[in-house]
Amino acid sequence: MTKKAESTLVFWIFLAPALFAFIMVMVIPFFLGSYYAFTNWTSSARADNALRFVGLKNFVDSLRDPAFLYSFGITFVYTILNMVAINVVAFALALLVTGNLRFKNVYRVGFFVPNLIGGIILGYIWQFIFNNAVPSLGTLIPGLGFLADPDKLLLSKNTSALAAMVIVGTWQYAGYIMMIYVAAIENIPQELIEAAKIDGASQWIRLKSITIPLCAQAFTVTMFLTLVNSFKQFDVNVSLTSGGPSTMLMGKPILGTELLALNIYNTAFISNKLSEAQARAFVFFLVLAIISIIQVYVNKRREIEL
Amino acid sequence: MKGIHPRRPGSIVAEIVTAVLFLLFLFPFLLVFINSAKTSFEVTQYPLALPSRWGNIIDNIVKIWTSESVRYPSSLLSSVIITVISLVLINLFSAMAGWALVRTKTKTSSVIFFIFVASMVIPFQIVMFPLLSWFRTVTMATGVRLLRTYQGIILSYIGFGAPLSIFMFHGFIKSVPLELEEAATIDGCHRHQIFFKIIFPILKPIQATVLVLNGIWIWNDYLLPLLVLGKGNDVMTIPLAVSNFAGAFVKQWDLILTAILMAMVPVIIFFLFAQKYIVKGMVAGAIK
Repeated sequence: MTKKAESTLVFWIFLAPALFAFIMVMVIPFFLGSYYAFTNWTSSARADNALRFVGLKNFVDSLRDPAFLYSFGITFVYTILNMVAINVVAFALALLVTGNLRFKNVYRVGFFVPNLIGGIILGYIWQFIFNNAVPSLGTLIPGLGFLADPDKLLLSKNTSALAAMVIVGTWQYAGYIMMIYVAAIENIPQELIEAAKIDGASQWIRLKSITIPLCAQAFTVTMFLTLVNSFKQFDVNVSLTSGGPSTMLMGKPILGTELLALNIYNTAFISNKLSEAQARAFVFFLVLAIISIIQVYVNKRREIEL
Repeated sequence: MKGIHPRRPGSIVAEIVTAVLFLLFLFPFLLVFINSAKTSFEVTQYPLALPSRWGNIIDNIVKIWTSESVRYPSSLLSSVIITVISLVLINLFSAMAGWALVRTKTKTSSVIFFIFVASMVIPFQIVMFPLLSWFRTVTMATGVRLLRTYQGIILSYIGFGAPLSIFMFHGFIKSVPLELEEAATIDGCHRHQIFFKIIFPILKPIQATVLVLNGIWIWNDYLLPLLVLGKGNDVMTIPLAVSNFAGAFVKQWDLILTAILMAMVPVIIFFLFAQKYIVKGMVAGAIK
């Protein structure tokens, strides 16, 4: 065997296991799925029977479904709110735990812990908090009686239930994002801050003109990370609200807090419209692809600037 | 060093604010703990009070341990089996693939690497339904059962976990000097020996990151096991078990919260032991 043939063989042998799994679960299903979005694919059991190309029908049907339009809208609202809330809280926490605190390592770990627990479990914990613990607080503390009013429960109205999801999302991710900010803040050269102190710069000026600009790269990372994670939220949605409470839109009853990932799931398994769910997943993919292209573009531009 | 400076009043305010936030962040876990020690009546009537009898926690744990719908011992075992085997294989296969892709400079190699990187954009939602029907097709054609089995879910985790892991190994191996391998070749090492004896051991820091990132994801994952393993299966993971139980015993918060407590304990214990690696690994993974 020649040397070249041997190294080609080694290349394929080393690549084979990962490539095989990747092709089996990502590549093939991705192409099948993109194709199914344009067909009348119905039951997964009879996938190959009478599969017919239907053009954009599934996309048009989706756009006519108020539940999908609504879901799209609130997913954007949720994503923006969640992104802002997580980053503000995480940055504030990072400033606190990089300061001169006695137990800063304990605090860091504490803020990080929710991130280790699965979203499905976190959602159930907070369902209990919003439905039981908070009303109980209302009965215990005079003046907070409104908390105990069953009509005023956070999860009983769709706008406040969405806010509840932002609270849980922030609690879940802020500690993780905080760690990224902590790494960035600790990378700032100490001399820079000392020099500014000697020049008499106040804490606020130091934050504005040193800390924030030097964390710019971390901001890009965390913005996109929280953007994508919030947009894909599914687990907390399932266990906290299951998409509810119901509401009306365009004369049809729809779920009030059903984010896109849950809407796709429900379209397939509750409404039994597999090809339409596939079309929605395709749209979901396109949005994420566009976000990623913007991210790559932004990072490239930043690299040139540096 | 920092302790030498006299503490300014500003830092005392920061200390108090942080401590309050810290308690607030951990309060939900405290609630889970105290309510796991209550009876069903107590939980709904006095969710914020301390339990009247701490011994109840044992009763509740026994109920969950023996519950037919949680099947805690078997779910814990399944979760451990799935997570450990998937992690070992993702780590090994991705390191192998990363090394092959760096050290072979051909057009095919760059195209394959590009496809791995590009695939990180693909959300699970677009592949999940076709994955199920494709697995069924494979089973019909080959007789190998993939749905509702360990091999099916482990194969899935390797496939979904590989792109990011390969990307991370690839980045690190690029910085490993080629001379190291050339020297070994002169000493008579075969290509595969070079990988297992020289490269794989020096990848340890990246391996730690890959294991942490994939480990947290796989252990907590809900949607993939729900679809691939399904409900009412012998093979069930902890998140599936908890959601099954919460769905079947609506409002039985004493038991639901006990199940949650028991689901969290293994993670917390593991975290306390591997804390340093976990935090470092997750931050490194995000920045990559």
